[in-house]
Amino acid sequence: MSQTPLSSIILVLVASFIGSFGAVFLKLGAAHLSRGIRGLFNWQLIAGIGLFLGSSVPFIIALKHGELSVLYPMVSLSYVWAMLWSRMLFGEPITKQKVGALVLILGGILCIGVGGR
Amino acid sequence: MGSSTTVPPLAEIPENPARPAFNPAWLVVICTLFAAAAQVLLKFGALHPLPPVHLSDSASLTPFLSALLSDWPLLFGYSLHACNAMLLILALRHGHLSLLYPLYALSYVWVDLLSLHYFGEHMNIWRGAGIALIIGGVAMLGKASAE
Repeated sequence: MSQTPLSSIILVLVASFIGSFGAVFLKLGAAHLSRGIRGLFNWQLIAGIGLFLGSSVPFIIALKHGELSVLYPMVSLSYVWAMLWSRMLFGEPITKQKVGALVLILGGILCIGVGGR
Repeated sequence: MGSSTTVPPLAEIPENPARPAFNPAWLVVICTLFAAAAQVLLKFGALHPLPPVHLSDSASLTPFLSALLSDWPLLFGYSLHACNAMLLILALRHGHLSLLYPLYALSYVWVDLLSLHYFGEHMNIWRGAGIALIIGGVAMLGKASAE
């Protein structure tokens, strides 16, 4: 019997995609924090928090029908997205070790997907 | 240190003010417990029935919002997440990423155990292997990011 519908898994993968942009904007916003308390109110930081909140909506909808122990680990896909955006936007290199990490995370998500259905 | 009374009794009072009064590794372990509890609360919150909202009908928004605001596990889960994020930022400022990242992956273990207990979810070899791979991947990422 299938415990976690495919639609829930897809929703969580979408949530991880949205959430990874939250991290990008937090990084952009963090550059303003040196300006003290007024630095907290910069649009990048607010956009980052907004994206994190936004990403929680598909996650909650997914949780309604799917298993937490399957869906929560799948959020780790956001690490993989973040690696791509960091390379593209901040020029952070993707080292061999990061590729190894990426393979392990993707393999893990795949295993959980197989075990959850 | 004017606020030494607020320092937890187990923590050493730092001789060097640059050294934090807490061990960031323990703080991260506490964060993983918070994160797991927040996930369980979100799942309970997700099970709370919400009336449908129709974008064309603004009157349907009121019952939706009042149901949302009475969904206390969801609101509690979100609040816990926010507190957790602040604690984590505090920990990350002082600790080494190569240690803290793998430690944070403990949250996957707690979420699994709590899901088994509260929601009767079950484990199998594929899921166990998947969790182990993800923890390994996150650990490796922490190591790679610290270099």
